[in-house]
Amino acid sequence: MKKNPEKQTVNQNNSQSSMNRIEYTIGNILRWGVIVSAIIMIIGLFLYIIKDSFGYPKGYYAKSFSQIITGIIEMKPYSIMMLGIFALILTPVLRVIVSIYSFYKEHDHLYVIITSVVLIILIFSFGLGLFLHL
Amino acid sequence: MLNSILIMLFVGVFVGILGSILGIGGGMIITPVLTLGFGLDIKYAIGASIIAVIATSSGATIAYLKDNVLNLRVAMFLEIATSIGAIVGALLTGVVNPIFLYIMFGLLLFFSGANMIRKLRGKQIETNANSDDKLAQELKLNGSYYDKNLKKNVDYKVTNVPTGLGIMFGAGIASGLLGIGSGAFKVIAMDTFMKMPLKPSSSTSNLMMGVTAAASATIYFFNGSILPQIAVPMALGIIVGAAVGSRVMQIMPSKLIRIIFIPILIYLGLQMILKGFGVSI
Repeated sequence: MKKNPEKQTVNQNNSQSSMNRIEYTIGNILRWGVIVSAIIMIIGLFLYIIKDSFGYPKGYYAKSFSQIITGIIEMKPYSIMMLGIFALILTPVLRVIVSIYSFYKEHDHLYVIITSVVLIILIFSFGLGLFLHL
Repeated sequence: MLNSILIMLFVGVFVGILGSILGIGGGMIITPVLTLGFGLDIKYAIGASIIAVIATSSGATIAYLKDNVLNLRVAMFLEIATSIGAIVGALLTGVVNPIFLYIMFGLLLFFSGANMIRKLRGKQIETNANSDDKLAQELKLNGSYYDKNLKKNVDYKVTNVPTGLGIMFGAGIASGLLGIGSGAFKVIAMDTFMKMPLKPSSSTSNLMMGVTAAASATIYFFNGSILPQIAVPMALGIIVGAAVGSRVMQIMPSKLIRIIFIPILIYLGLQMILKGFGVSI
């Protein structure tokens, strides 16, 4: 009987430190995501200033990934800037993905499921944006 | 062109600092600044704003994660409700009259100001260390954090989970519809209803804002609402500002932060409602 409270404390400390590790990993990956998207945005902005144009007529906007990729190959400032924005939008998604992996490593199955549901909702929203153009 | 880029960059730094200190995502400031200050159509202002929210969230959480103030489980669990709400909100934007958007926005700013006044009158931190909410225990939502201001470890227990979840769904709709982070609603759900202390509430809200905004951002991304010449310099400024602001936030007493911001919110709220009716001062 006496051992129980001690064991509980040890367990709690363990889960506390592993949680800290999870958050540290997520912080690091997220930082890289932000840096990469910032670099792409800076390149796009720089091209936009140099070329003094988007590379597209006024009022144009990309309706699909393939339009953006074509624009990037043609070095259009608009497309590179949009890629940077898209990378930035992906950083929170990346955070969700890494959280799933971290919860999995901690054997926290309940939160693997909960976080996966969040990811599925996000993927669903991407699909809506891509196919509906509302 | 260079001028307007520099202005947006500067607005971004300012919004990033302010937004991360207040835990409000920056969307609340961006849309009034762009519509009232620069005369931009509210559709494009909302598009820029949703990107700004993600930039604030991603920029600021790097600092929070290291300080372990955040509660990741609470964030992910509640995120189910907010992200569904955000999709509903973003879909509604297309069918709603812009006047309605302006008025909603103005009321939201009033509400946030009133909420901050209410907070100022209330007690500092009420930790709920004795609650034994079954749902919170099963979902492992209870946590602890180190408070730099109080210089001690604070344990807290979470309660009223279903109510919190309901408010979060509403916060998600507001976020998708108006391009805001809905930080004020999220903080209310967590600290007023679920009894989480203010600092973990606002850190957790900051993380959640990014994920919520991502759910509606792709809908905006492919419908032409996002103007890169505005969103890109602003996002870059915000990333810098948010990193600075979230460090300042750790050592700043929450009371002072609110006093600074209340008059600004009420003023902007009034302006937005007037703009909705076509009046400008």
